[in-house]
Amino acid sequence: MVRNPEANRDQFCPNDHPNEAFLLTTVVGSYPKPKWLNRADELVDDPDSKFDESDLEEAHDDACRLITHEHERAGLDTVVDGEMRRNEMVEFFADRIDGYEFNGPVKVWGHNYFDKPSVVEEVEYDEPWLVDEFEFTSNVAERPVKVPITGPYTLGFWAFNEAYPSTEELVYDLADLVNEEVEKLVEAGARYIQIDEPALATTPEDHAIVGEALERIVSGIDEEVRIGLHVCYGDYSRIYPEINDYPIDEFDVELCNGDFEQIPTFTDPELEPDLALGVVDAHTAEIEPVEAIKENIRQGLRVVPPEKLTISPDCGLKLLPREVAYGKTENMVTAVREVEAEIDSGEIDLANPLADD
Amino acid sequence: MTERVAATPGLYPLPDRAKETLSDLKGHQKGDLLSGDESEAIVAEYDEVRAEYVDDQLDAGLDLISEGQGRWDDMIAHPLTVSDAVETGGIVRYYDNNNFYRDPRVVDDLGASGDVAGELETAADLLADADGAGDASLAATLPGPYSLADLATDEHYGDEAGFQAAIAEFLAAEVEAFPAHETLFLLEPSLVTNPPAEGEEEFATEAIATVVDATDADVVVQTFYGALGEKLYAHLVDEAGADALGLDLVAGDRDDTVYNVQEFGSTDSLSLGLVDGQNTLVEAPETVAERVEWFEEQIPLEGFDRTYLTPNTELFYLPTNKYREKLNALAAAAEVLE
Repeated sequence: MVRNPEANRDQFCPNDHPNEAFLLTTVVGSYPKPKWLNRADELVDDPDSKFDESDLEEAHDDACRLITHEHERAGLDTVVDGEMRRNEMVEFFADRIDGYEFNGPVKVWGHNYFDKPSVVEEVEYDEPWLVDEFEFTSNVAERPVKVPITGPYTLGFWAFNEAYPSTEELVYDLADLVNEEVEKLVEAGARYIQIDEPALATTPEDHAIVGEALERIVSGIDEEVRIGLHVCYGDYSRIYPEINDYPIDEFDVELCNGDFEQIPTFTDPELEPDLALGVVDAHTAEIEPVEAIKENIRQGLRVVPPEKLTISPDCGLKLLPREVAYGKTENMVTAVREVEAEIDSGEIDLANPLADD
Repeated sequence: MTERVAATPGLYPLPDRAKETLSDLKGHQKGDLLSGDESEAIVAEYDEVRAEYVDDQLDAGLDLISEGQGRWDDMIAHPLTVSDAVETGGIVRYYDNNNFYRDPRVVDDLGASGDVAGELETAADLLADADGAGDASLAATLPGPYSLADLATDEHYGDEAGFQAAIAEFLAAEVEAFPAHETLFLLEPSLVTNPPAEGEEEFATEAIATVVDATDADVVVQTFYGALGEKLYAHLVDEAGADALGLDLVAGDRDDTVYNVQEFGSTDSLSLGLVDGQNTLVEAPETVAERVEWFEEQIPLEGFDRTYLTPNTELFYLPTNKYREKLNALAAAAEVLE
């Protein structure tokens, strides 16, 4: 059953918010790393270099500070550190969870590889995964910080399962670990958590496994904590309306990439969690103009009223040139604030949001 | 007595060093993938890869040696993606895996390129010069015509049966250029994942028979990603002309496979997919041997020539250390059974 998004949304509205209407602006998570950070990541492995682990930590801190502030400068209501400390979305977590081991890269396509880990024994919680990252970012941020976590379904199915009779059982054990991590993050002050499950898009028939995993993740988590679920690239009709049963506050989708063709999927039956709508494409290097983004935002109003609409890019922006990522984010926020003002003034007809006034 | 032969259908993971060297030489984008007219530096790197594959297999003690297909960027779609009659389209999903290949769009009359024959010539030379090759002999690998047609897009021939037949003629022409080989593996996963409609099985079996007829070698039609449907299984046994059908005993319901063999008989030999090509868990040789015995106990063995001990799928899904361990497990299992 859907959580209670109304109970946690207002805390993200800034005191100086200029409009009556409030569309929550956020990002999915990853952001292009400054080139020097990539160099620093390589330098620490160079035996001839004096650059050591503590230097790298300083570089990571600097990068997190920089990107968090870059998000604030773009005007976002909630920010992340752009995942500057993370390498790859499965690898980063598998490195921190007991039970995983790495054997080397495997092919995805052509000469693109992925360090696919193996689960060789029961997974266990060892050290916190993200608490330090969150504490650092929330100390440097003036806006609330969102924490993206790779979900247990993706952590399970994008690994080799050597230890569990079925990968489903592995997923549930991982979900219990994610729950432990979310508890620790909440204790540290986190109020906005996003579970990323890209693997669900390739195997939508497993939606019930993801649902059960989410039940475990949110167990004991207070309703003032906002729980989002991000699923990218897929045929959403194959997991809808089932996701209305998921215990989440917000469902984050990538629809800009498909020109919003799938919007009608979410109108019947009514979407129960808040909609977090991608309105800029994460895989094109052109910065969408504000006017075009405003049109995209109106697509979201076909599904939910303004008080249930969150606006974000389609997906993580890490593959884009940094100035393009910034330009998209800045234009996105500008577009949102203009749409809010048009809602306030009645220029946008909420009953028919695509209509010209 | 049934002869046990340890073998693989190839498509090995590139050694980690070659992963880096080749991605530096070729690039990461769609347009950088292999087209069959690679530079000398790239050819040299693949020569090293091939030599390493042959050594890996001889070290493990396999009975049949595969070329390893390190050049097959597009997995089993490779023979088409290097063809002049083909334009490569977008990147599409390779079966139900987190792997992708370039969609081969057939836009003209297909003719043999000799690309795979060239690889096999080099592998045959390596094998002839190798110390300790003993009785090991060369196994060739190609996609089966049904799967290759299934993976491709036809923009030239027009109808499905005609396209399958054209692909079969194309593959047969490739085979005719091959150097001497003891065995030919035809990989046919699509027979499991996207089987022909009822009544259309014969187009698939005829296409396979066309390729089988092009070689004197033993032909193994290797199916995988699960069990074959029973009707299709019966058609394949009766009509495809293969010396052996390859059956997946790892993925899907292996009891269905046993039932098919009990009910509809089998080819003179069988190839069994016994080690998991998609999991890093390495099976003990005894476990593999038990799987062979479990299977053979349930079927009438009279007149049965050979059992090929193989992985259920290609091996490129694995990290290199585990791929080598899987080769070792297969060869050791054949010894346990001796």
